[in-house]
Amino acid sequence: MSGKPVLHYFNIQGRMESIRWLLAAAGVEFEENLLMGQEDLEKLRNDGLLMFQQVPMVEMDGMKMVQSRAILNYIATKYNLYGKDMKERLLIDMYTEGMADLFELSFKVILGPPEQRDATKSLIKDRAKNRFFPAFEKVLKSHGQGYLVGNKLSKADILLTELMYCVEEFDASLLTNFPLLQALKTRVSNLPNVKKFLQPGSQRKPFTTPEMFEEMKKSFKF
Amino acid sequence: MSGKPVLHYFNIQGRMESIRWLLAAAGVEFEEKLIMCQEDLDKLKNDGLLMFHQVPMVEMDGMKMVQSRAILNYIATKYNLYGKDMKERLLIDMYTEGMADLFELSFKVILGPPEQRDATKSLIKDRAKNRFFPAFEKVLKSHGQGYLVGNKLSKADILLTELMYCVEEFDASLLTNFPLLQALKTRVSNLPNVKKFLQPGSQRKPFTTPEMFEEMKKSFKF
Repeated sequence: MSGKPVLHYFNIQGRMESIRWLLAAAGVEFEENLLMGQEDLEKLRNDGLLMFQQVPMVEMDGMKMVQSRAILNYIATKYNLYGKDMKERLLIDMYTEGMADLFELSFKVILGPPEQRDATKSLIKDRAKNRFFPAFEKVLKSHGQGYLVGNKLSKADILLTELMYCVEEFDASLLTNFPLLQALKTRVSNLPNVKKFLQPGSQRKPFTTPEMFEEMKKSFKF
Repeated sequence: MSGKPVLHYFNIQGRMESIRWLLAAAGVEFEEKLIMCQEDLDKLKNDGLLMFHQVPMVEMDGMKMVQSRAILNYIATKYNLYGKDMKERLLIDMYTEGMADLFELSFKVILGPPEQRDATKSLIKDRAKNRFFPAFEKVLKSHGQGYLVGNKLSKADILLTELMYCVEEFDASLLTNFPLLQALKTRVSNLPNVKKFLQPGSQRKPFTTPEMFEEMKKSFKF
């Protein structure tokens, strides 16, 4: 037992990637138990380690944590990435939940029917460009500070940076009209812990294409 | 300006109902501005009151709060319904996020394609009976206390009670094998604030059927 958190998930970005980003940005070393086949998932279930029979699951501080938002909130609180009071926490939650809408669409590209992929990708680009990125650019412009909330790095900045890398995979030009978002992305990417995480060989997972997911599914009974 | 929170949403349960439950259980009087047609929604958007152009939106404490989870977390914190420390908050979040999976399926019945309604309803019943209710019954059994976390009413108990009323609409027998959940439902329902909320004439919204939603949609450009 190393004392490090252990992340249980498939060998893809999926719903664990935001947790990987947050731990990495907080400078927390972690181990991964990658689920490579149905048997691995069954073992976790049969051992009673998954409260709702689902992953992500993170073993940390003596607990088997499930549900990605619960895990992210715990990590953010523990490592002071959740603002200084309830009003800052509200802002961080509002912004993070907006981002979650876009992440959900990116999951839908992979999980949804193939004939809907192009439509979902168009929706991602449209929502990023016309709804979400303008909202976050406006926040940064309104206070002129380097981070979204309270002039301090938080869960919101880290997940927005992750999101920006994600949507660029769909359209590299999406950040063109958002100089403050680009600056935030650069600023967060240059933090030593994040810089290390962005380098090859880290625990960051490659962008998951539908084809990669189809290949992975063959080892599972989804 | 009465100082009461103002809830902006359609005249249905939808993503605002959990917020209504939580405020009601906390004994907080609130006003509602019901959005009856597209012009009402456009006005909110054009006035710049919706950060991501979406409702729910709750005006409270001088803020225009959006994203239902952010709003619920703020209310829970403010009214001491979020546990006493970060470990209790984690448990409350884990349980609440599990419930959210079932609530999402109930939205899918209304929002998804008609030909998938029966399949989604079956999935709700299956997941409630075989995944989620057993998990929550196990929590109550494990500590023998009257509430899910910390022997004290929290967001988790209130939303689970709401969820139990919701899934009963799909199958009244779903709670049969879960005596502790039934006891929790009764306990929470008998709290004076909740009892009042459950009576006719309160701001609680009726169970939304797909037909009701189809009718409502006629006044909107969804």
